[in-house]
Amino acid sequence: MPSEHTRPHRFNTRLWLAGGWLLFALALALLAPWIAPHDPLAQDLLYGRLPPFWSEGAEPGLWLGTDSLGRDLLSRLIYGGRIAFMVAFAAATAACLVGSTLGLIAGYFGGWPDRIISRIVDIWMSFPPVLFAILLVAVLGTGLHSVIIAIAVIDWTRFCRVIRAEAMVQSRMDYVESARIAGFGRIGIMIKEVLPNVMPSIIALLSLEMGIAIIVEAILSFVNLSIATDDPTWGGLIAEGRLSIHQAWWVLVFPLIALFLTVLSFSQLGEGLKQRFDPILR
Amino acid sequence: MQRILIRLFTMLITLFGVAVVVFIVIRIAPGDPIAMMLPPGATDEDVARLRALYGLDKSLLEQFFVWFGGIIQGDFGTSISLRQDVLGLVLNRLPATLELSLFALLIALSIGGPLAIWGARERGTSIEAGIDIANGAALSIPDFLWGLVLILTFGVLIPVFGISGRVSPRLDLPFVSQFYLFESFFRLRFDLTKDLLSHMFMPALALALPLAAIISQLLKQSLKEVMDLDYVVLARVKGFSETQVILREALKNAALPTLTLIGVQFTFLIGGTVIIERLFSYEGIGNMAIDAVINRDLPLIQGIVLVFALLFVLVNLAVDMTYTLLNPRLRNA
Amino acid sequence: MTPCLTITNLSATLPGGARVLRDVSLDVNPGEVRALVGESGAGKSMIGKAILGVLPSSVRQVSGEIFLDGQDLGALSASKRRILVGANVALIPQDPLTALNPSRRIGSQMTDQLIKILGWNSAKAYTRIRQLLDEVQIRDRERVLRSYPHELSGGMRQRVLIATAFAAEPKLIVADEPTTALDVTVQKQILRLIATMQRQHATAILFVTHDLGVVAKISQQVTVLYGGMIIEQAGVSDLFADPQHAYTRALLRATPRYNDPDARVEPVQPDVLAGLQNELAANDHAWEKHLG
Repeated sequence: MPSEHTRPHRFNTRLWLAGGWLLFALALALLAPWIAPHDPLAQDLLYGRLPPFWSEGAEPGLWLGTDSLGRDLLSRLIYGGRIAFMVAFAAATAACLVGSTLGLIAGYFGGWPDRIISRIVDIWMSFPPVLFAILLVAVLGTGLHSVIIAIAVIDWTRFCRVIRAEAMVQSRMDYVESARIAGFGRIGIMIKEVLPNVMPSIIALLSLEMGIAIIVEAILSFVNLSIATDDPTWGGLIAEGRLSIHQAWWVLVFPLIALFLTVLSFSQLGEGLKQRFDPILR
Repeated sequence: MQRILIRLFTMLITLFGVAVVVFIVIRIAPGDPIAMMLPPGATDEDVARLRALYGLDKSLLEQFFVWFGGIIQGDFGTSISLRQDVLGLVLNRLPATLELSLFALLIALSIGGPLAIWGARERGTSIEAGIDIANGAALSIPDFLWGLVLILTFGVLIPVFGISGRVSPRLDLPFVSQFYLFESFFRLRFDLTKDLLSHMFMPALALALPLAAIISQLLKQSLKEVMDLDYVVLARVKGFSETQVILREALKNAALPTLTLIGVQFTFLIGGTVIIERLFSYEGIGNMAIDAVINRDLPLIQGIVLVFALLFVLVNLAVDMTYTLLNPRLRNA
Repeated sequence: MTPCLTITNLSATLPGGARVLRDVSLDVNPGEVRALVGESGAGKSMIGKAILGVLPSSVRQVSGEIFLDGQDLGALSASKRRILVGANVALIPQDPLTALNPSRRIGSQMTDQLIKILGWNSAKAYTRIRQLLDEVQIRDRERVLRSYPHELSGGMRQRVLIATAFAAEPKLIVADEPTTALDVTVQKQILRLIATMQRQHATAILFVTHDLGVVAKISQQVTVLYGGMIIEQAGVSDLFADPQHAYTRALLRATPRYNDPDARVEPVQPDVLAGLQNELAANDHAWEKHLG
């Protein structure tokens, strides 16, 4: 069938597009102090709600316009990326470490560790995740650390469920049996034999989770519970845009596009990496 | 029967677990909710009195049992910020959230189902490839972003739908229950139904899109698996058209594996109402929950989280029972 | 007398261009049983699928015509063809375990064609089905009608499928190895049942099988296939008495005889297979020439 032949190629294109955008956005975020044309916090009420450069009434140098307090939107967007990526990497990695470890243990050992871990996952899944996040941040107090901890505490179950199921399948394979006969210890087998085989799923989930973490951070900023300072965040920009949607649509549109592309890229990257690394699909 | 009893039992354990976790999480919160309630000049005596009133002066374990004992008797306590009975507050707002979730489920089914059938009918063609791409996009974008996109397109660029609230404020509401949509329908007040729907449509669509993609993807996959089975071929031989074959022979058997996953995904959808209600200023319990958290209203938060957890387990139970009902092998066993 | 089925020069290919059917031509007269014999991959099931219009999506019919009662199926629109074939041709499938929908009751599956495609009313359809369940010797027919497939044994399900196939009085039935998936003990009963039903209803059958022993019992005409190519066609007594082709002779020698169980069973000899490969190669050559 023709689709069989075109598939790998199509996925590669998607992989490159997604990776390209993420590298670009990451570079902007890292180099923000040198790249951003203005101070993201500098207010100028005389220049409030200026439209983007192609519209009438735009001010040269303020490429994407300004918000209601006259702050440069482009600079705020670039600085907002710093927080987005920081949360993405830190929270996703933390969730991945906790969830994958527990999932590996539950899936490989089975028995009572599996029963306990699965029950906890069930309980966790009975919380609406967004409400859970808001609750945790309210409890921990706003700030970057709280946001990261909250996301990790909530989303470890995503890793745990998938890795548990895969580890369970792997642990029944012949190669695990022969390693045991060869005299290797259980934990040794888990790390040396099972872990590498579930690695593609972990990597794919990690990439997906980075997208999710960015969204959760945006949601928390949106309800004004993310980081307490005036540092710009994409969610904060969106919250502001939602309020002034009828007067200044661009305040909502640009952060929305940034968020949209980044989340889409992370999920495509995860999807593509999975295809790449999965020995069966490859 | 035994299956369902076991299910009910694990359901109760899960709910108890949720109650414990909520209770603990909230109690470790720094900051004193009582202090926030009182005016700045309040004396220590006032604080102690209020503390006793809300049972916050007892030990954690005691507090838990008082609270949990109350819940069993249907007493969820009193909201600190709104000074009203928690159960009453929640029950007052819950119908709005239920109507929104069910409407979203309906939209998801009516988008995802036909797309799956169409894709299975046109399997191997560019139409199927197009459906796959649309599914992929709808799946990677969460409801929060869809909500914002919808607000921009149909609220601002082409303003056809309401983007805030549950109903136009100028309307007179004759309702006795909080199930506005159902009631407007039964009272034949279709003008109100229309207004309610135009407010609900966008938040519901935002919630529905990821679920629609999942339904379309999974159902199409299982339809395609079923389409090559012998009994489906036999139906084709009998003279049934491709669409008839899908609807009569394939759909029911293909729907079974999809159903369990829809159940889990529907609980995600209900969870999504929290932020979507906020985004669209829709007056459901999700929106109330965020206010409760911001106001550190412990009893109200506890009550709302428990109601959500209850909804989640009920959905899972319903899915389990439907599954048994649809599968003749399980039903007779 | 017009044959009830005529196939002329039917060829079908796989995506790479390899042919699964090579210029197949055959007739089935009304009320006659023609056996299609060959090993797996000989293309015998493909012929049935081509008639029924359910070729696998990878297989493409590239030449030839199929006439049903003198009507060229290729000249009809897809939906007309579907309904004409549905009303006149039935299928007895190979595996009764997978040929019934697990989630629908037997009664509904047996009557759906009569009601939905042929437009009978429900009472008439059920009367008809009850009568056929009697004919296939199902005793507690009311229970069977209410059952789900998993509640019936394999033999019972095949009887249900046979009854369903005869229900609309089709002119032709394609029986696709109808006994292969069954227990050896049940096989004989089912075969006898099909033969009886065939005589009573005077229905033409295209009987696909790999078993020459079965051919002798049920059919009047035989077509031997190898690699999608017709090797030999003859009346059943002629074929058994005086096989013309080396492959047919080899097949006969390779078949255990029920009346003479001590006779030696020989595998097909390598020189016969080499001869067949040469014929296929020659046939390929002619086909490439034909394509230009």
